[in-house]
Amino acid sequence: MMKTSTRKVENVTIVDLSGRITLGEGSVVLRDTVRDLIAKGDKKILLNLGEVTYIDSSGIGELVSAFTTVRNQGGELKLLNLTKKVHDLLQITKLYTVFDVKDDEATAIQSFSK
Amino acid sequence: MTEKRVSFTLESTLESVNLAEEKTEKVSAELGFSDEDCHRLAMSVREAMVNAVLHGNAYDPKKRVTLVFEHDGKKLTITIVDEGKGLDAALLPDPLAPENLLKQSGRGIFLMRSFMDDVQIRNLKPGTEVKLTKSVGAEGAEEAREDEKQ
Repeated sequence: MMKTSTRKVENVTIVDLSGRITLGEGSVVLRDTVRDLIAKGDKKILLNLGEVTYIDSSGIGELVSAFTTVRNQGGELKLLNLTKKVHDLLQITKLYTVFDVKDDEATAIQSFSK
Repeated sequence: MTEKRVSFTLESTLESVNLAEEKTEKVSAELGFSDEDCHRLAMSVREAMVNAVLHGNAYDPKKRVTLVFEHDGKKLTITIVDEGKGLDAALLPDPLAPENLLKQSGRGIFLMRSFMDDVQIRNLKPGTEVKLTKSVGAEGAEEAREDEKQ
């Protein structure tokens, strides 16, 4: 079961995710959350994955999809606080260099275009 | 250690995927795999089960997935068989190729191959058999080999 909550710091929307991002669980929640943010015009999105305990290939696919969707809308999507498991998965799949990954919230917020 | 074989017949549902994943965590922990390897084994089985339920059996309530655990004290072999059309693994695109990097799907079998010692995929026409093998204490053996080199 995955939970999300969103908050806004300056002009960046931070999505705090917790739990599992897997097929049939978190994947749909993540997709809907990002889609709703874009619909509202929030295109600077920071996904805080610090409390994400597990992610499978479906979850990785959903992160990639969120990234490309936001980018195609002229926005930016970045990742914050990867756990070791998620970090390793992104390394193995060569996605670590595709995503802009941050480990400090304040620095991450400042890195978005003004 | 005595050889042991346990077999399950599962419905083509996401609940079966979660059940198979939980069983793998339990079996691999009992066999003495490290926490990291237990996670990798469970994730590999999850990926194989998702393929079997979603792509193989396409959630068909008449079709089943067979899950078999076998261990001989040295290695654990987990076999997942579906009743779908069959898969030709040689035709799968490379998820690390630049043109595929941003695709939403196609990483499941790649992750299994990254996490397991050996992955064999057989097209049963119909059906697909995925055989996942990992040695107990492989990490320790690897470290020992590294020590010998130094």
